[in-house]
Amino acid sequence: MATVQTKLFQESTEELISGSEAVGIACALADVDVITAYPIRPYDTVMQYVARLKADGAFDCDFIVAESEHSQFEIVKHASAVGARTFSGSSGVGWFYAFEALTVTAGLRMPVVAMVGNRALDDPGAFGVEHNDALAVRDLGWMLYWVATAQEALDTALLAWRVAEDPRILLPFALSCDGSFLTHSQAIVQVPSQDQVKRFLPDYHRGTLQLHPDNPITIAPQVNEDWLMEIRRQTDDAMRRTSDVIIEAYEEFKEEFGRGDPSPFIEEYMCEDAEIILVGMGTLAMPTRVAVRRMREAGKKVGFLRVKFFRPFATEELQKALGGAKAVAVIDRDYSYGSPSYGGVLFHELRSTLYPLDERPLMLNFIAGLGGREVMVRDVNEIVETTQKAIDTGKIDQVTSWVAVRE
Amino acid sequence: MATLAVEVVYRGIFQRTLARNIVRNIVFAARKDGKIGTAFGRYGDSPERNGIPAKQFAIVADTPSELEESLAVYEATNVDVTINVDDTMCKGIESWAWYGLQPINELTKSGGTLIVTSRQDADALLEDIHQKDSPYDLAIIPSTVSFSGLWVYKDDHTDMRALGALCKVCPEMVSLGAMLESIKEQTGSDTKVASVQRAHDRTTGRPVEPGEGNTETPFSFDLPGWKTMEEGLVIRGVAAGTGFRGGEEGYTPGRNEVFKKWSTRSMRPVINFDTCIKCTLCWLQCPDTCFDVTPDGLYDANMEACCGCGVCEAVCPVPDCVTMVGEGEFNGNDSQWDAWTADKDGYNKWMTVLVEKQKDETRTHGFHHIGQYSEEITAAEEV
Repeated sequence: MATVQTKLFQESTEELISGSEAVGIACALADVDVITAYPIRPYDTVMQYVARLKADGAFDCDFIVAESEHSQFEIVKHASAVGARTFSGSSGVGWFYAFEALTVTAGLRMPVVAMVGNRALDDPGAFGVEHNDALAVRDLGWMLYWVATAQEALDTALLAWRVAEDPRILLPFALSCDGSFLTHSQAIVQVPSQDQVKRFLPDYHRGTLQLHPDNPITIAPQVNEDWLMEIRRQTDDAMRRTSDVIIEAYEEFKEEFGRGDPSPFIEEYMCEDAEIILVGMGTLAMPTRVAVRRMREAGKKVGFLRVKFFRPFATEELQKALGGAKAVAVIDRDYSYGSPSYGGVLFHELRSTLYPLDERPLMLNFIAGLGGREVMVRDVNEIVETTQKAIDTGKIDQVTSWVAVRE
Repeated sequence: MATLAVEVVYRGIFQRTLARNIVRNIVFAARKDGKIGTAFGRYGDSPERNGIPAKQFAIVADTPSELEESLAVYEATNVDVTINVDDTMCKGIESWAWYGLQPINELTKSGGTLIVTSRQDADALLEDIHQKDSPYDLAIIPSTVSFSGLWVYKDDHTDMRALGALCKVCPEMVSLGAMLESIKEQTGSDTKVASVQRAHDRTTGRPVEPGEGNTETPFSFDLPGWKTMEEGLVIRGVAAGTGFRGGEEGYTPGRNEVFKKWSTRSMRPVINFDTCIKCTLCWLQCPDTCFDVTPDGLYDANMEACCGCGVCEAVCPVPDCVTMVGEGEFNGNDSQWDAWTADKDGYNKWMTVLVEKQKDETRTHGFHHIGQYSEEITAAEEV
């Protein structure tokens, strides 16, 4: 590694790294001040890599291995209050053990950036990816993003600090990376130089909200019933402001680093003129894009839309992208027991998004890849077949279907 | 060309760094040929366990969209080249990520190549390697097995030799020129470059015809469905043991019928029943309850249950009663006690030969004492 290390961060390089390592490198590039860690697979690959970068002298930070996930997130929350750039992360039930700390982080408007290595919730103990862990913070004021490649993990981490720490926002940002497929697979990643990153990512200044002896303030008070609505409305307004700030930052990102999609919120793949649009998050994109490409070659009008930002949810953009389709098939790598139509979380959000349209596409939900089961091209073909049947008959026999589950 | 894939089958802990070096260097070198690639370990494996078979993959394609199909999977459906870095796994592997015994060449595609590091010849290896319906080539890198520990890596160039052999059998995946250039760049070592070149020049494949090889059917089982599985995450206990093989005397413990784990083993205990003092220590200490108690009070290591950890050898108070012998010497899992009972002289002769041979065997379970690394390197250099 010695030959590589000397160049790393001085100039832009090409590295063979996993999604977790990409996030670790982003921490170094962003010169994060305080990083807290507590091991749980698959997130732990990040803490191992950060620890190694620090040990190698590649960058300096306060690296604190806490005694639990709860403390892990409490520490970065407090560090963020005094003006430190922070990073933390977890997976599955570890993320849940931190839950109280997660909600107060958003409540106090601390721009903590966290990586969630998506993992199925216990029990049974399982390492494979499921999105229910990260999704649990969807109502708390966290920005929530699903990554599909190691390159996107690095890029989006940089974007995350930029947006979260923007004085107009000050909200935490969770970067979701599918366990195994992202956290443990190595791919070629373009690593920018520190100078480039410095141009894109300004220092974090909390201004008058900074906890400091020269700025005597108290934070986190107890309030009575006549205070909370206004405080909630403030956080709501901050979240409403994120869209514009994200667009602004993303445009600058593309200019500085020379890569990126048309939209920061969604990725459309062969969606133009598509009669059936499949929707999913994270690494589901890989088999789905392959299947779509093949079906297009066979003349079938199918497209795939990847939801990148789950919070903020790009309502208008999604209405525009999906409104013209005959049918929308949502693939959920998560599930909500007892929910409307016994469906997945993403499905409910999208059905709600498309409800105001005058002409609504047929909407079907497919539960696939839970606990890290591979979603295969043949599964996607089956999903499209079922959806086509609904279009042909004009009715939906079954709203939610489980894909590739053993009877 | 579309996409080309290599799997490296290795043993947990002992060979993890070795496997990682191989797959990473394939992707680096393919980059020199203008290709794009990915490297990953099979996620369901648990390579932090001593000796457990595990896999890493390198997949190389001309374009990112071609590569895409191979992303977000745990295991390629078939591979152009299988690299097996421990010949004892030619018997098949039962890893955490696979239910039942997976033949070593399960993924090797028709016309592909299986590369094995071994001191055995092809005919001896094919006694273990399961037969396939399609033809493939078998290439041997003459070598003792390269085992390291958790924190140390035995840099004996096994990785370089595997890479050189790969460039020979599958130049369309990565060219020798690209590999040499990449290894020089990554390691800065001319001797490593020379090792790649030498392995490339020396490697030849031997065709294996359909149906050639071990004709046994590897054990397997079906996973239950959601309607057939018991609710509440309950796992029923294994039934208590019985008398020896169901008889009145002795004892055979209850064992999991579907999880045998013997492929974790790279060595197995050979018992000298004549010197056994029946002290019970091997039976008590075996972490896998692999010992059956025979009606005459001896301890017969059941080779379907033994993971080869060597605890029995370590705790046995009698010199030369239990000896761990390299797994490559055996082609079956038959009972040693049966063989001894049937023909004591024959068994003892067979045992003596094996035990003597073991004294020259360099196969170990990682590193046990300070200085072992340099001892083994010196020994390897002399070979």
